[in-house]
Amino acid sequence: MSAKLRKSRQSPAPALRSERDLLQIANVVLRLAKQRGVPETEVHLDESIQALTRFANNTIHQNVADQGLVVSIRTAADGRTARVTTNRIDEDSLRAAIDNCLSLASHQPKDPTLLPMPGKQHYLTVRRFDSATAAITPDDRAHAVKAACQLADKRGQVAAGIFSSGQSQSVLVNSRGLAAAYRHTNATFSVTMQQGSAASWAKANSGMVRHIDPPQLARIASDKAARAQDPVELSPGRFTVILEPAAVLDLVGFLFYDFAGTAVADKRSCFSGRLGKALLGKNITITDDAYHPHQLGSPFDGEGLPRQKVQLVDRGTIKNLVYSRVSAKKAHAKPTGHGVPLPNEYGEAPLNLVVTGGNTSLDQMITSTEHGLLVTRLWYIREVDPYEKVMTGMTRDGLFQIARGKITKAAKNFRFNQSVLEMLRNVDALGPSQRATGEEAFEMVVPPMKIRNFHFSEVTKF
Amino acid sequence: MWDYCGHSLDIALLRGATYADVRVMHHRQRDLTTKSGRVGTLGQSESIGLGIRVVANGAWGFASTDQLTRDGVAHCAAQAVAIARSSALAKKENVLMVPEGSYIDSWQGPCLKDPFEIPLEAQLELLLAADAAMRTVKGVTLSETDMQFRKIDTWFASTAGSKIHQRRVLSGCGVVATSFRGSEIQKRSYPNSFGGQHVLGGYELIEAMDLLRHAPRVAEESVALHSAPQCPERAGTIILGGSQLGLQIHESVGHPIELDRVLGQEANFAGTSFLTLDKLHKLQYASSIVNVVADARPQHGAGLGTFAYDDEGVPAQCIDVIKDGQFSGYLSSRETAHLIGLSRSGGTMRTEGWNRLPMIRMTNVSILPGTWKFSELIADTDDAIYMDTNRSWSIDDRRYQFQFSTEIAWEIKGGKKGKMLKNPSYSGITTEFWNSCDAVSNADDWVLWGTPNCGKGQPMQVMGTGHGASPARFRNVQIGKAFSNQ
Repeated sequence: MSAKLRKSRQSPAPALRSERDLLQIANVVLRLAKQRGVPETEVHLDESIQALTRFANNTIHQNVADQGLVVSIRTAADGRTARVTTNRIDEDSLRAAIDNCLSLASHQPKDPTLLPMPGKQHYLTVRRFDSATAAITPDDRAHAVKAACQLADKRGQVAAGIFSSGQSQSVLVNSRGLAAAYRHTNATFSVTMQQGSAASWAKANSGMVRHIDPPQLARIASDKAARAQDPVELSPGRFTVILEPAAVLDLVGFLFYDFAGTAVADKRSCFSGRLGKALLGKNITITDDAYHPHQLGSPFDGEGLPRQKVQLVDRGTIKNLVYSRVSAKKAHAKPTGHGVPLPNEYGEAPLNLVVTGGNTSLDQMITSTEHGLLVTRLWYIREVDPYEKVMTGMTRDGLFQIARGKITKAAKNFRFNQSVLEMLRNVDALGPSQRATGEEAFEMVVPPMKIRNFHFSEVTKF
Repeated sequence: MWDYCGHSLDIALLRGATYADVRVMHHRQRDLTTKSGRVGTLGQSESIGLGIRVVANGAWGFASTDQLTRDGVAHCAAQAVAIARSSALAKKENVLMVPEGSYIDSWQGPCLKDPFEIPLEAQLELLLAADAAMRTVKGVTLSETDMQFRKIDTWFASTAGSKIHQRRVLSGCGVVATSFRGSEIQKRSYPNSFGGQHVLGGYELIEAMDLLRHAPRVAEESVALHSAPQCPERAGTIILGGSQLGLQIHESVGHPIELDRVLGQEANFAGTSFLTLDKLHKLQYASSIVNVVADARPQHGAGLGTFAYDDEGVPAQCIDVIKDGQFSGYLSSRETAHLIGLSRSGGTMRTEGWNRLPMIRMTNVSILPGTWKFSELIADTDDAIYMDTNRSWSIDDRRYQFQFSTEIAWEIKGGKKGKMLKNPSYSGITTEFWNSCDAVSNADDWVLWGTPNCGKGQPMQVMGTGHGASPARFRNVQIGKAFSNQ
């Protein structure tokens, strides 16, 4: 798949500063902090250039661009640390930020768990900056949007969605010699097609715009919207469901913080007391892998430690957690490079989940289903029971009834109250894993799933 | 700041814009948290920049920059005009806005004690003391506290001639006790869940909340919930505490009345609304005792939705949303007002920051106080479940079907508050639910609650909204579905 973008005649898209420029700013901070006698200093610089073209009612109604650089400074002295963040990068402002940070830190009790900042680290190289994606202009996005709107017009439908693109970079240095840098590009196309009172949706996200095909996504949403007419009202209950990848992502994504060592230590994880237990089905294996080719994100964590690939679930058994340096020490484990910037109360989190897939296609899942439902997307998911991981939410933008191996008609949307743990014990088939994007969880690599006994509790009016 | 505003507007006009407005915004924020006796987050941040919105070739463009120099803002204005011209490649009609006056004004929200001037030691000492108070209760496995302060200065100018400066100081705080036992995690929060109570105001809020007095109580309740019976599944009467009713209003009244949702502009993400235009002044949204307003004026109270002017320079207003039960008004903007026959915007365009586009947002969407003393409402109730403090919330993308659960509930039997119940929940269809309201408590228990975390828009913007509410009673409501059949 590739985006067929018309060549733009607009001026070039804005560019990120060079890594050297950012390192220069960071070194200014380190120098100023040293002049102030600060024993340890850490500097994060995050620069982002983003643009988003938004459409609804078959026309562009919002079209925005933003650009910014943020400097975040952490000082540590005498067992006390604090963080100050600013987007003012002149020397006076940076000096004021350091003083502010020292003042914040000095007014708190000593933290006996605070560790010295880490020294120089070695990172695996990841190349996630695509110059074609960085070069996308507003005209490029407008032409792609126009094509989607024209398809909607032609079919008597109404299109809404976004086409966004951007580039960002991070630099992290500290006064012990650690230095890390990362940059990537990003693009997203999301489209909702409405026909009468029915609607459907398709979305893709990638670091490279050539992996996104807006016309195809528009056609998928359009075809499904046409098929979603006159939904029947079914009685709530337990159903065999086929969850498309976005629906799997938005449910499984809610597990991410449960894999944090700190969450388990705090006894607020659904895995507290369950490590080493076969909690999920034997066909479920989950890894956190920042280096997976379908992932985006930096190869280092909030303290600059290299991210490790961690197998979290091995054939249904909860095997490992992720740790920051502090939580690892407490748990007598090794840090995994998943810490969030200090100081914080959360510890760490895996941000690059990969759920191992299978080889059953979506079509095969449908043809093998006697009675069931195909779920395009889920919406407004919230936690009902944190230990059993019962989540509630709605189906949205395309719920279809399956009978004797075929999609027969659309169904009115259901509310679910479903334990994610139970759901992952009831997976009958998995498709190939892919980078999925929804609206409830951040992007991950997940497969479509066929699941038995999925619990729908109530039905809505459309 | 006015120089940057004026220069960017001039450049926008020179480049061919037919209208432009600009915001320079300076955000300062302090975040403090504790967890189980230790400082968690301790940070301060500031962000300053300029965002300019223009109409060119009859279409919208927006650009923002943190380069506060004459060259930087000029480049930003030119970029906004270029983006607007791109928008025009896929436009159906020219942008049309209802007229609005021009204003030169400066306004500052209420703030008796500037939280950034209060010694940090005092703030941390209070949080650590509240944290310790929760941990004195056996069975508490996690204690958490938080404070958040923001100071936001906005300089707004438009090609219509407005120049408005506003300063808003926002403060919030809360405590949470969590208890893990067996296979159950129970939690109690004060004064509200998900960050506590937030208002437009200063450190006086923190003092008024009296965290130290309430910390042991919520700790004891979090432990006691393990031994409480499960909230039953049935249809029946519920009484909602004020903060829960505030969130009910937010989700099932505040969002459906956003005119951009109604018109399909949010269809891809936040969703649409069942409140189609034909329902205005016709739909019996609620029972006749229910009156809801969207009031951004300071006289409504110091809420997260209180201001003097919205972010397109329209003065704050009070809009009747539900009048004696009938649906009476939407939240509108200069671009959408004419579509429902209004000659003026309702003044509800708000932006998260300098790098985001203003969009229709809730202000303070509040139910007006009823006539009942809360004690009399309880005494008048034979059999009900009284639910308090939100635990989870979810509603469909057209805002019909919802499900809420709360942290705690109590039986009401024979007019008296009885035993505690755990894992309470209720669900329903918006208009059926609101039409089942038969009692609203009076002003004695009415609080302007703050919801600091309302997400909407692409790119996502997080906004604070206000919701005045007092406890209220609803009949024949579905109870307990969230925990059924698990």
